[in-house]
Amino acid sequence: MFELSPTDWMAIEVTLKLAIYTTLILLVIATPIAWWLANGRAPGGLRTAVQALVALPLVLPPTVLGFYLLVLLGPAGPVGSTLENLGLNHLAFTFQGILIASVIYSLPFAVQPLQQAFANLGRRPTEIAGSLGAGRMDRFFTVILPMSRGGFIVAATLAFAHTLGEFGVILMLGGAIPGETQVLSILIYDHAEAMDFTSAHRLSLGLLIFAFVVLFVVYAINRRFDTVRL
Amino acid sequence: MSQAVSNGLRIQARLERSGFALDVDTTIPLEGVTALFGRSGCGKTTLLRIIAGLEHPPGAEVHFGDTTWQSGKTFVPLHRRRVGLVFQESTLLPHLSVRGNLLYGYKRTPEPLRRLHLDEVADLLGITELLDRRADQLSGGQRQRVALGRALLISPDLLLLDEPLNALDTQTKREIMPFLARLSDRTGIPTLLVTHAPEEVERLAHRVAFMHDGQLERLEPLREALARADSPLFREEGAVSVLQGELGPPDEHGLHPFGPPEARYRVPSTPGATNGAGRPARLRIDARDVSIALSPPQDVSILNIIPVTIEALDEAPGHHGPARVLAVCRQHDGQTLMAELTRLSTERLGLKPGTRAHALVKSVAFLD
Repeated sequence: MFELSPTDWMAIEVTLKLAIYTTLILLVIATPIAWWLANGRAPGGLRTAVQALVALPLVLPPTVLGFYLLVLLGPAGPVGSTLENLGLNHLAFTFQGILIASVIYSLPFAVQPLQQAFANLGRRPTEIAGSLGAGRMDRFFTVILPMSRGGFIVAATLAFAHTLGEFGVILMLGGAIPGETQVLSILIYDHAEAMDFTSAHRLSLGLLIFAFVVLFVVYAINRRFDTVRL
Repeated sequence: MSQAVSNGLRIQARLERSGFALDVDTTIPLEGVTALFGRSGCGKTTLLRIIAGLEHPPGAEVHFGDTTWQSGKTFVPLHRRRVGLVFQESTLLPHLSVRGNLLYGYKRTPEPLRRLHLDEVADLLGITELLDRRADQLSGGQRQRVALGRALLISPDLLLLDEPLNALDTQTKREIMPFLARLSDRTGIPTLLVTHAPEEVERLAHRVAFMHDGQLERLEPLREALARADSPLFREEGAVSVLQGELGPPDEHGLHPFGPPEARYRVPSTPGATNGAGRPARLRIDARDVSIALSPPQDVSILNIIPVTIEALDEAPGHHGPARVLAVCRQHDGQTLMAELTRLSTERLGLKPGTRAHALVKSVAFLD
């Protein structure tokens, strides 16, 4: 019952790789965006626009996002054709392609908890640290990071977990190339379509338990730090 | 440890926000404590933030002595200004211990610039016992003392205190005042104190800058600010006099002599004023506790009868209308003593500028 096929293992590997890379990239990208949204000095209109843009993936059907990324990154799209002109490959149906897609798709899940944490923190601690001689990076690592630890943990976990659950975007942009773009959610779909319910069930149950554990941990941490609310 | 910079802190700034405009062009001497006094919303905190570099309105000029902090395209960020900051609410970093907080800036101060060290600062502020506590285990007063210590430990060139006592209850304020009063004298660090409490100005400041509606109206020594009836310091709680002098050892009645022989007070000791032989002190006298007699009365219970010359008779501050008069009196040691009298009394006694009289001082309070 619990024996997994080589295809299953490959999908698990692709999925984990995708989720880990996505999470790392998102932490780097989402932190400055969230800080700017929470404590930046930009005019309110611009901020609202960025806020809405970041939240778009929450509302759009994943197929819409996947479709536009396919158009953009594919051989005929502006990004894809530029890459081809440079002698590189376009990004449709590649791991890099679905990585870009998941970063965009999970962006709100990383930005929002961080933004909340930074808003709670306010500017005061960084002002104080500045007066004590700490520069920008120094302030980030010695004040913002430790004081918003809960927010970072929640952001990372949600980004990771949300990437695991991705389906529509990858289906549109990545297809199901084993070892490259075939992630667990796609493989489960393929198993079910082929009426191989045993295999589908094996992976589904595994994912279900995994997702529950991840969320359990997040909420437990969330309660402990009590600074970030989902 | 004194490091007076002769040409002061020069600020020229304009800033407009919805419903508020700041327009300041002034030079503040970099010596002792300068109070920025005014009602909330008058722009004191904004001015302080411009000096710190936390606000940088375009076109503003900020020069610290010979060093330019902001001018044209030049802008020195806060972490390079060597300015100690203390705000009214607690700003201790909660993930660090008291020691960790105190040393946060110290570690980031280049070694040759370190003039103050952990032991002496902890001792000065009475926080030696707290060093290993967590920041969230401290009372409000303790937290403010640690915040002060943390600011001092960068051996700053300038100390900016933004209503540091405002969030504290009266008891705690009283507990911290002496530490604050000692700071500038002991460390020689020029200090700007933002406050709206006359009591803090009287007790801590050497000079006071009055702010009103985004303008710095007047910058004058405390003594002068306390010598005019229309001083903004008197607007809320009435006129007071603050006398500076030396406090002698107690006599056989437990009374300390204060001031020179020509204006000698005898005052009972208070908890704050123990064994202070030859100690400089400030005495605060409410103008309503001072009466005037033309000749020294022999048969009153009042101990302190000081010969004075009437300098001016003005309408008393507050909202009494013309019924009350503030008599500005000059003691023979040159200090000013205010007496609040009824107009009827001044007319009966025939008081006018130049009249020699005796001030009967009913009660006094120590400031430090």
